Amino acid sequence: MDTPNKETTPGTSPAPRRVKPKLVVDWERCKGCGFCVEFCPKEALDLSGDFNRKGYHPPVVDDAKCVGCNICELICPEFSIFCKDAEGAPARKGKEPKKTHLAEPLLRMDRMPHIWCPGCGIGTTVNCFTVALSQCGIPREKIGLVSGIGCTGRVAGYVNLDSFHTTHGRAIPFATGLALGNPDMKVVVYSGDGDLTAIGGNHFIHAARRNMNLTVILVNNFIYGMTGGQTAPTTPIDAKSSTSPYGASEPPFNLAHLAETCGATYVARWTALHTRQLTRAMQEALNKKGFSFIEIIAPCPTLFLRLNKLGDGLSMMRFFRDNSEIQNGADTRSVAIPYQGKIVLGKFVDKEEPTWLDRMNNQMSKALGTRHVPYGAPKKEGEAKS
Amino acid sequence: MTRTPAAVQAPLAGFTGADPAGVASGDHFMDGDFACAEGALAAGCRFIAGYPITPSTEVVEHFARRIPTIGGVFIQMEDEIAASIAIQGAVWAGHKSMTVTSGPGFSLMMEHIGLAAMAEVPCVFVDVQRGGPSTGLPTLPGQADVMQARWGSHGDYEIIAICPNSPQESFDFTIDAFNLAEQYRVPVMLMMDECVGHMHEKVTIPRPEDIKIFPRRWTKQAVGSYLPYKPEFDGWIPGMVKAGDGHFFHITGLTHDERGYPAMSVECQESLVRRLVDKIRLNADAICRCEEIGLEDAEIVLIAYGITSRVAYAAMEEARRRGLKVGLLRPIILWPFPERRIRELAEKVNTFVVAELNYGQLSLEVERCAAGKADTILIGHGGGTVHEPEAILEVLLRAAPDAIGRQGPRKRMSPLRAAPDAIDRQGPRKRMSPLRAAGKKR
Ligand SMILES: Cc1ncc(C[n+]2csc(CCOP(=O)(O)OP(=O)(O)O)c2C)c(N)n1
Ligand code: SF4
Ligand code: SF4
Repeated sequence: MDTPNKETTPGTSPAPRRVKPKLVVDWERCKGCGFCVEFCPKEALDLSGDFNRKGYHPPVVDDAKCVGCNICELICPEFSIFCKDAEGAPARKGKEPKKTHLAEPLLRMDRMPHIWCPGCGIGTTVNCFTVALSQCGIPREKIGLVSGIGCTGRVAGYVNLDSFHTTHGRAIPFATGLALGNPDMKVVVYSGDGDLTAIGGNHFIHAARRNMNLTVILVNNFIYGMTGGQTAPTTPIDAKSSTSPYGASEPPFNLAHLAETCGATYVARWTALHTRQLTRAMQEALNKKGFSFIEIIAPCPTLFLRLNKLGDGLSMMRFFRDNSEIQNGADTRSVAIPYQGKIVLGKFVDKEEPTWLDRMNNQMSKALGTRHVPYGAPKKEGEAKS
Repeated sequence: MTRTPAAVQAPLAGFTGADPAGVASGDHFMDGDFACAEGALAAGCRFIAGYPITPSTEVVEHFARRIPTIGGVFIQMEDEIAASIAIQGAVWAGHKSMTVTSGPGFSLMMEHIGLAAMAEVPCVFVDVQRGGPSTGLPTLPGQADVMQARWGSHGDYEIIAICPNSPQESFDFTIDAFNLAEQYRVPVMLMMDECVGHMHEKVTIPRPEDIKIFPRRWTKQAVGSYLPYKPEFDGWIPGMVKAGDGHFFHITGLTHDERGYPAMSVECQESLVRRLVDKIRLNADAICRCEEIGLEDAEIVLIAYGITSRVAYAAMEEARRRGLKVGLLRPIILWPFPERRIRELAEKVNTFVVAELNYGQLSLEVERCAAGKADTILIGHGGGTVHEPEAILEVLLRAAPDAIGRQGPRKRMSPLRAAPDAIDRQGPRKRMSPLRAAGKKR
């Protein structure tokens, strides 16, 4: 991104108590999805009449209306709109003035622009993830990220962590090896619904059963994105896909219920629209020991929406706004997602159970007494260093 | 008749001793599977992920019994697909790790052998071979996974495969497998067979300081500027790191550049895949290892590996007693194939006789390298048991050059004669399909 950021003209309103951050649009990153414009609570944004080099209309800001809430910064899937601390703003406790997008320090910016389509929800979820990362309190080097294969699977390539883009469906067993191999790390699996619950379904249920210390973030777009829109185990009955051209007839998984019954100790579901709740859920999951699972419902405009004539990414985000219902603690049996029906969101499960490693160590010391050498204790002298 | 030892090659600089915690020094009476588990422990492996399958299961059973008092992890995964990638996660966490399986499980692991080759993950795959295809003969030996070990995953890549013929070698070569994996950053296959896996013999485990361990090739690059696929060692091998140390590295099975980033270009494919292949091919002479007996004057070279080599010794000795100039070549490293040695021998000898528990796998390599300069005769076998030494002897007798062959081999061969049509009577120089040799045998 060598194009200079386009700063908006300074606001004209009288000096507020706190110096309002300045909204910056990275003109060339924008893909014109309209999310920021639609969901700005102050209606401070509008799409410009001008084109950027890709041919999209980036947003323009009415500084007088903008309150610096940074909803747009969180929802933009392209990391192209952000609040910057204004010149002369009072320093924030122990923090450098914010000059870039909040996600930037946690992304491999040398790999931007990313591969996701305009209006795809995956970028938004990554945005939330980076905020959760920066706020979770775990040192960045102690978090690893593992993806399978798919559009969502590309997350591993963009997040600036120790990150692994593995094979289709097998992120969870790789992550199992990584997490057990270095129990000091928090290992996150970030992948698609097809990857994690079709080809990877066996690993998903067993990792949950074992209460493996993993955070699994699953982006459910109801379809296989990467391969061109085939039926997934999440495709609702009646929805069309490229391999169900007359509508799907198989019942889909209710993933929240599946995860809970298999033993997950944290289960939540949000949509790509619910950026604040999603970010909080991610933070909670990162700090949870054991198998935590977050399902994110996200638009795939290029395939799911197009094949089903449901409009673009923005239409789907509006649909989320109008059709989701937050029911924290809901019985997961009741949260299946019907085609174009109500989507129940919330934190459904949050409980404490010993992890696989805890149980293994307990069992071994029960059986072996002092002969047991507990695993996962701080590294001994002479062990692998790099 | 001279014999070159099967022992480990002269140690390279840079080896260290073993971590005593995993070394059960002393003389033991154990089977090849147990010896393999002990070899892994001695090599410093503290992470095994596996899935039960006969005849390999005893390896993980033994490891599961031993590891809690040493400090490490055994995890029984939900399938071999999971096991074969969990070990790679563990490698990136800094461990030496291994998985263990047999035929059907080996088939399930193929995609991850490709991942290990592509991402250059040093790890060990043990295949205790049984009769196949499919579920085949779960409790009985085979050697028909040899080509699968080499070519089983898609795409171009190289691996190293090493083949023991005794429990002692099962111990020794498991350590070698880990060492080679670290040295070349490749997946290494330990190709046992059911007989070696279940055979009990004396196994001597040396003192830790006498065990040679090739340590991980940790990067010399600084935190912050690490390029995961920049060759750092021997001009080929990138340096390793482990997760959690602040390198923020990225690993992918996609074609990648030195940064580890996906790079979908012909140039990148060429330079990456070339390096993956060349780092083994161009070092083949250093990697290859054979046991050779009586090759100085040999006119016929008997080639066998794994359990079959032990049957072959007997056949060769009897043939020698009867005046045949037979030598034995046992490839210990099956892959890379000892191509140069076969080419050299083909200049001097008349015939290669290859005995293996399959219907022609390594014999195809022998025939390729012999390149028409010597005959190649396969003594194939479907597996389930080992060859009869007599069956090998008979082929040796009939393959012998005129001096012996023309004096009425049929009479002399009796009562061992089993396959009168198996050998082409038109003379050993005539090329024949290796499969014909065994066509009517059993
Ligand atoms: C073993 C294997 N089978 C099939 C594929 C092809 N493949 C790549 S991604 C994908 C589906 C991805 O769908 P999903 O996990 O829902 O992720 P999305 O692309 O929708 O984010 C498939 C089938 C593959 N790469 N590997
Ligand atoms: S959300 Fe981002 S990509 Fe979408 S219109 Fe706004 S700035 Fe452009
Ligand atoms: S195909 Fe769908 S899921 Fe994939 S990037 Fe495009 S919109 Fe997103």
